[in-house]
Amino acid sequence: MKNLVLGNEALAQGAIDAGISGVYAYPGTPSTEITEYIQKSKTAKSLGIHSTWSVNEKTAMEAALGMSYTGKRAMVVMKHVGLNVASDVFMNMAVSGINGGLVVVVADDPSMHSSQNEQDSRFYGKFAQIPILEPSNQQEAYNMMHYAFDLSEELQLPILLRMVTRLSHSRSGVTFKERRMQNGMQLPVDTKRFALIPAFAREQYETLVNKKSLLVDSSEVSKFNKLELKDPSIGVICSGIAYNYVMENIGEDNDYSILKISQYPMPKDQIKALYDYCKMVLIIEEGYPFIEEILHDYFEENPKIIGKLSGDLPFTGELTPNIVGKALGLTRHIDEGIPSIVSGRPPQLCDGCGHTDMFNAINELIPEIGDKNVFGDIGCYALGALPPLNSINTLIDMGASITMAKGAADAGMEGAIAIIGDSTFTHSGMTGLLDAVYENTPITVIISDNSAVAMTGAQDSSALGRIKSICLGIGVDPEHLKMVVPLRKNHKEIVNILREELNYKGVSVIIAQRACVRLSSDKKEEIRQKIALIN
Amino acid sequence: MNINIILSGVGGQGILTIAAVLDTAALSENLNIKQSEVHGMSQRGGAVQSHVRISDSEIYSDLIPEGKADMILSVEPMELLRYIPYLKKDGWLVTDSKSFENILDYPKRDALYKQIKTYKNHIIINATSEAKKIGNSKAANMILLGAASTLLPLSKESLTEAIKKLFARKSEKIVKLNLEAFEKGIERAQNYTEFVYCD
Ligand SMILES: Cc1ncc(C[n+]2csc(CCOP(=O)(O)OP(=O)(O)O)c2C)c(N)n1
Ligand code: SF4
Repeated sequence: MKNLVLGNEALAQGAIDAGISGVYAYPGTPSTEITEYIQKSKTAKSLGIHSTWSVNEKTAMEAALGMSYTGKRAMVVMKHVGLNVASDVFMNMAVSGINGGLVVVVADDPSMHSSQNEQDSRFYGKFAQIPILEPSNQQEAYNMMHYAFDLSEELQLPILLRMVTRLSHSRSGVTFKERRMQNGMQLPVDTKRFALIPAFAREQYETLVNKKSLLVDSSEVSKFNKLELKDPSIGVICSGIAYNYVMENIGEDNDYSILKISQYPMPKDQIKALYDYCKMVLIIEEGYPFIEEILHDYFEENPKIIGKLSGDLPFTGELTPNIVGKALGLTRHIDEGIPSIVSGRPPQLCDGCGHTDMFNAINELIPEIGDKNVFGDIGCYALGALPPLNSINTLIDMGASITMAKGAADAGMEGAIAIIGDSTFTHSGMTGLLDAVYENTPITVIISDNSAVAMTGAQDSSALGRIKSICLGIGVDPEHLKMVVPLRKNHKEIVNILREELNYKGVSVIIAQRACVRLSSDKKEEIRQKIALIN
Repeated sequence: MNINIILSGVGGQGILTIAAVLDTAALSENLNIKQSEVHGMSQRGGAVQSHVRISDSEIYSDLIPEGKADMILSVEPMELLRYIPYLKKDGWLVTDSKSFENILDYPKRDALYKQIKTYKNHIIINATSEAKKIGNSKAANMILLGAASTLLPLSKESLTEAIKKLFARKSEKIVKLNLEAFEKGIERAQNYTEFVYCD
């Protein structure tokens, strides 16, 4: 019987069955369920597969590379913006190469359902000059894992596997195959290639560049790429999930000429064959016009090639079966709109959430400090940027609250406030706090600590029970490190402490600690015990 | 056979339980399934939906095309209307009458019901209060599923087996409650009388 699983779960099971020894990850929608599946898997547990969350994507990827260094297979998982954080190691491990198979799974979020941007990770794969895989359905996602690890070990390169929200979060029946053994420990024969001092790095980079034709050859014969030449009037190139939307519109018995791309670098010969055969080429891809731009490079700016750049498909937002149908000239019916009586329903903080108490305190002081002084960060508390709270002015990337407040204070802003969650603080806030401590910059940092990574589904936070000691360790003056309990009854006290610290001309940190109200009472008890153990 | 159903509600209302029952039933009938769902930001009290597609042939798109849904099944009346663009001509609307009002500009309820009634095929039932009578307001979604099931080509047997299977983890009592709710929904749909709103 088939197993009904999310695209993310299919990948996770695929990785277990492909013989990984560990998954390293930091949560982020739409990638989170991959790691969670492995954490909950009894098989993974019995096989001793590592699956504990990392502090951020960079530490995750480095640990995965460390595991690969020993000859074992490792997977590292993140959302698209996570790859920005891990990009240093990502670029460099393409140069060093890997030892045990290493697959980097990155889930993009076109339409920004839960993200700050809709960057297309395929560019990173091209940038690093490594193979990219892009599954179009759940079964393919499962099958690709095994293939990806083989390819990685064969080419001695990390492989980038790109997911998108709709595939990550859609279920379908998937057939699982047999599981293979993990690799044994086998350290690299020559460790020189992992030591990227310039002399060795130049040699390694040469090796990487020389692999280019091997990579293209592999795409050319890949079972995941498929060329069918039928009607020559229009050829369609579609990648990943876009293939499904095309098939949804044209059905099984069609006479379209189609090139499905699920492995990059692009299969040049197949593209050339389609291009020569067809009068027009329509490119349908989820994300940026990645294939389309490359085709314009191959064939020069060419009116025969249409897609997002020519305006035949929208540049922004995700594809839908209707958008694709329209580009194919097949969707005719006039869409009925949403009835005007329907109001928008944006997400909001839960009733009783501790973040709200902190925003209420900040908002009370806004008449004194001005309404442009609050630098926000990413997490549930980002919803403080929306009405009715309207407290936060900025939200850019994880950790930027503290550092942007510092920059503004350096520029002369008085009473700059940063508000950051516990997990975001350990992800990327600690280093910025050290910058501020080093110069004793006049900022007030509120760490709104709910003992969880709540936004992404209440995962365990590495920060648990350690925030205060981290701040003291970084050098925050104990006189200006305040603890509060964000509850309505403490409102006055919190406002007073906040006012006092805003008047202090140096770094202050206020830790507001109360568990997320969505956590079960069992979980809260577990947290209490863990904190007691740490302290 | 092809069925396209949009499930809708507000983050936290549990539409995925309905999806899980449909999926499990369809799988037991050896049908193909694709079911997309929302994870992330919107789950914090925002609008959420799930696209459930069931077929005896291959299903390509994870999303239902606009104008192709046979049914919108909603646990909240305004959220039902948000997905009207997906509804097929003469498709069915099934919804709980109970509103979830966590926004300031929530429309007037009587106007909402009036709008729903402009679509020929609709079932509006006070599932939440019916569920309370049975013993737990959370069973409202199984009442709605029961009502919807009278319009779907899935067998009653496979749906009830799916309910048993999915709730077995919790307790025998919860299984019974949900089966009762499911039956209640069937009964309400079969003896449907137009919903009358009284404030
Ligand atoms: C680089 C990067 N990684 C991951 C995410 C996804 N993400 C957004 S908020 C968040 C967790 C925030 O946790 P915390 O700071 O504790 O706030 P909470 O949601 O608990 O209030 C994560 C993992 C992201 N936006 N950017
Ligand atoms: S999930 Fe937790 S942290 Fe997020 S809004 Fe709800 S109570 Fe607040």
